[in-house]
Amino acid sequence: MSDEFKIEIVNPEKSFLSKEDVNEVVVPAFEGEMGILKDHISIISFLKPGIITIQAKSGEEKYYVEDGIIEFKNNTLSILTSYIHNLKDIEKNKLLELLKNAEEESNKPEISDQLKYLADQKVETLKSIN
Amino acid sequence: MASLDDLKKRISSVKSTQKITKAMKMVAAAKLKRAQDSAEKGRPYSEKMNNIILNLSNGISDKETAPKLLSGSGKEQVHLCVVLTSDRGLCGGFNANIIKKAKSYFAKLNKDGKELKIITVGSKGNDQLKRVYGNKIIENISFKNSKNANYFDAEKVGKIIIEKFQKEEFDICTIFYNQFKNVITQIPQAQQIIPLNTKSDDQNTSEDNYEFEPDEDEILSNLLPKNISTQIFKAMLENSASEQGARMSAMDNATRNAGEMVDKLTIEYNRSRQAAITKELIEIISGAESL
Repeated sequence: MSDEFKIEIVNPEKSFLSKEDVNEVVVPAFEGEMGILKDHISIISFLKPGIITIQAKSGEEKYYVEDGIIEFKNNTLSILTSYIHNLKDIEKNKLLELLKNAEEESNKPEISDQLKYLADQKVETLKSIN
Repeated sequence: MASLDDLKKRISSVKSTQKITKAMKMVAAAKLKRAQDSAEKGRPYSEKMNNIILNLSNGISDKETAPKLLSGSGKEQVHLCVVLTSDRGLCGGFNANIIKKAKSYFAKLNKDGKELKIITVGSKGNDQLKRVYGNKIIENISFKNSKNANYFDAEKVGKIIIEKFQKEEFDICTIFYNQFKNVITQIPQAQQIIPLNTKSDDQNTSEDNYEFEPDEDEILSNLLPKNISTQIFKAMLENSASEQGARMSAMDNATRNAGEMVDKLTIEYNRSRQAAITKELIEIISGAESL
């Protein structure tokens, strides 16, 4: 038996990515990073801003996400996200722009604690990419 | 009978109208392809979202404490209707169909003594509704500047709706849009999004035991607002495909009608030209005879 499972990433505009030969996925779940292997228990969870790492037979890929929901069921991992970007393709300028927006958001005075936390996460992740 | 000159002018004016409608048809056809593509590509997201929510709402232990977006506010008095239309005209019955559907729903609400509030998305719907329901329209949103339907616009609408719901300005929210079936058929739809209709065809709702992180309630209360934006986005995509489809067939008809009209006018033109020649001949002959 192989240890591979299927992953699907969709965003509102299109089906972003679909792979069948994934060994391990690490997602930035709301309560901490979470690694998912084959035959994981069915789970639904949230994503916070962070990096998804996909270990597949065809190589390792990294994606930056801002939010999302994941569902794992019957060895299929579905990730729904409204903003996702492949780290390989992302441009320096774009990164800096995102970082600036996130920092601005985090420094807003009237922001709620949860939003502030999310914005801080964003800033941290983006900084770590740079 | 119109003079030859008049007929000539009419023929050329119909011909230039035909050129315009033909061009519009071709533009709509090109746009339709793109809109259809993105409508199809957008489907997996909303379907998955729906599935997850269904699974979640089945797994939720206590219906009483369920988020209000799912269970409703417990009343059915104030209805919010979101009418999604296009910003441009000349697309056949596209807007009229949505408005008709919406108006019949409004009439029903009126009869039942419910209170009505309307949000229009797209300027054409606003134009048509404000005459009769002007005082009910609480918001008019238009995305004239964005070329294609995009998620950020949908999110904006979603946020407005949720904000109003949290302020308890309404109890039930329904959206109106055209579902794209094919180029000639668009079906006006009324879809209730708050409270969410969780009755489903059972095939997708497995009895799986999910692990939740964080717990169900928290996930649901985060997911439901997103779902509203997603549903609106889906409606917008369907709408834009429908709009282009409707425009294409309307313009196709217009082009054909213009062609028929040109033919008819040309025949009339030739006839009256001949009549004029015959008349002149008769005049000449009778003039020669009288000599």
